[in-house]
Amino acid sequence: MPLLEVRGVTRSFYGVHALNGVELSVEAGRITGLIGPNGAGKTTLFNCITGVVPPSTGRVVFDGEDITGWRPDRISTRGLVRTFQIARGCPRLTVRENLLLYGAHQPGEGVLTALLRTRAALAREEELQARAEAIAARLRLTQVLDNKASALSGGQKKLLEIGRALMTAPKLILLDEPCAGVNPSLTREIGERLREIVAEGISLLLIEHQMDTIARLCDHVIVMAEGRHLTEGTFAEVAANATVQEAYMGRPRWAS
Amino acid sequence: MENYLIAMGVSAGIYALMALGLNVIWGMAGLVNLGLVGFFAVGAYTSALLTTKLGLPILLGVVAGAGMGALVGVLVALITARLRGDYLAIVTLGFAEALRVIASNEVWLTNGTDGISGIPGPFRADLGPVGFNLFFLILVAALVTAVFFAFERLSYSPFGRVLRAIRDDDQVAAVAGKWVIAYKVQAFAIGCAALGLAGALYGHYTSYIAPEIFVPLLTLYIKLSLLAGGVGNNRGAVIGAVLVVAFLESTRFIIPLLPGLSAVQGAALREIIVSGALIVLLRFRTQGLVPEAHSHPLIPRQPGAAAKESPTHA
Repeated sequence: MPLLEVRGVTRSFYGVHALNGVELSVEAGRITGLIGPNGAGKTTLFNCITGVVPPSTGRVVFDGEDITGWRPDRISTRGLVRTFQIARGCPRLTVRENLLLYGAHQPGEGVLTALLRTRAALAREEELQARAEAIAARLRLTQVLDNKASALSGGQKKLLEIGRALMTAPKLILLDEPCAGVNPSLTREIGERLREIVAEGISLLLIEHQMDTIARLCDHVIVMAEGRHLTEGTFAEVAANATVQEAYMGRPRWAS
Repeated sequence: MENYLIAMGVSAGIYALMALGLNVIWGMAGLVNLGLVGFFAVGAYTSALLTTKLGLPILLGVVAGAGMGALVGVLVALITARLRGDYLAIVTLGFAEALRVIASNEVWLTNGTDGISGIPGPFRADLGPVGFNLFFLILVAALVTAVFFAFERLSYSPFGRVLRAIRDDDQVAAVAGKWVIAYKVQAFAIGCAALGLAGALYGHYTSYIAPEIFVPLLTLYIKLSLLAGGVGNNRGAVIGAVLVVAFLESTRFIIPLLPGLSAVQGAALREIIVSGALIVLLRFRTQGLVPEAHSHPLIPRQPGAAAKESPTHA
């Protein structure tokens, strides 16, 4: 059974059909690439899957459970978490606070436990601190743990996006262009980190426009165009596909 | 003169309670609320009505005033759950104005524009005027201290962290697994409880409330207090409130000394000075006199401890 199934999802914004019945599945334990020209609906699909924008029609099934129309916080808590295309984060929180924020099951997030500063809240905070420090070390963010997120470089912000997603102990991470606007050596480094994450049993669905990154990282590639699933296969297969080339480049005039 | 200073102290304490409440709503959760005076009025009327009409003890009235403030805060938060920024500002401003109009017109309940007089004060008869003022100052100071420490705890807690995340980006907070609306409602409830508490105390102190007291200018003074003191900082809220009251009162004495000004011109000059001070402050010290702390750890880490534990990557 696939980890994530998207069945006939549509979404329109005032008559603009961003998604026209998307059908796709994401298998567990690998990196699935999601590509397609600008405006194909990739980010809208991410929004619909993670509850940030509810789908107009269709179903989203994650890990055997229908999560269509759930609130985003419930979907994240269930183990499906996303990153944002423009690294958003909370600029006025420190890197450490950004990471701790994504930690689940912190009783201190309730007013009364926060006021009483209960033992359970303190114990959980210690666990989350340890987890945040481990994740930061792995993503080479240790030196900037106590800096404001707004003070990070573009590449560090991208790494923090990934780090925050990891804090939730997810089953599946949806990554929206984790390498956009990042220099080539950091792109390679982010790629290595993603490989390690998958090796630990976390599955990834990755939107990316850099084809060499997709080719190097993805076990499987899904192509979207005009709000629909176009085709899928290995990178070599989809790259050789004439309809994919047409979706990206347009139809050659001499061929029509 | 001592009595006047004590009265100013009580006034500053009541402003401080309101600024602390605003700091939870606006400073921590980033929710604009221009209806502060409305929640203040809810607390004042609730406690005044319960103690004068039903003869309940003052303590119960004050607790009910804070509770009613919180309840109305929850209602307003739910109604405005999907509004942000300017829109939230307009709705909350309208809410406070609507309350004032209701208080002026529902004569059967609020006695209309005549207001409610004879609101009991704790031990007013036993202590005499000076003694009562002093007792009330101590009472207000104790409450400000208690609320200050409670809100400091909230600020340095995972709860406060979620509020600050919502202030920065509520979609990120949602993806982080936090039920954003529930947190916005709680922030309003807590902040409005402090506003309601301040209102209830005000009524029992002055023994008289009327709709004309609850004008938007008071909201602006509270906002000014927090801006001057430091948005997002409880210490700043208290310091700012004391400064604003001191500023407003001292100008009352200084302006009549200026030659060639009529009383009306003097009053106008006071408002001009207040606005001018706000503009200067916003231009040169955006973060206020006591800026927000760099971070709010529940368990503080020694600086550099984390860096030493792991291999260095320059």
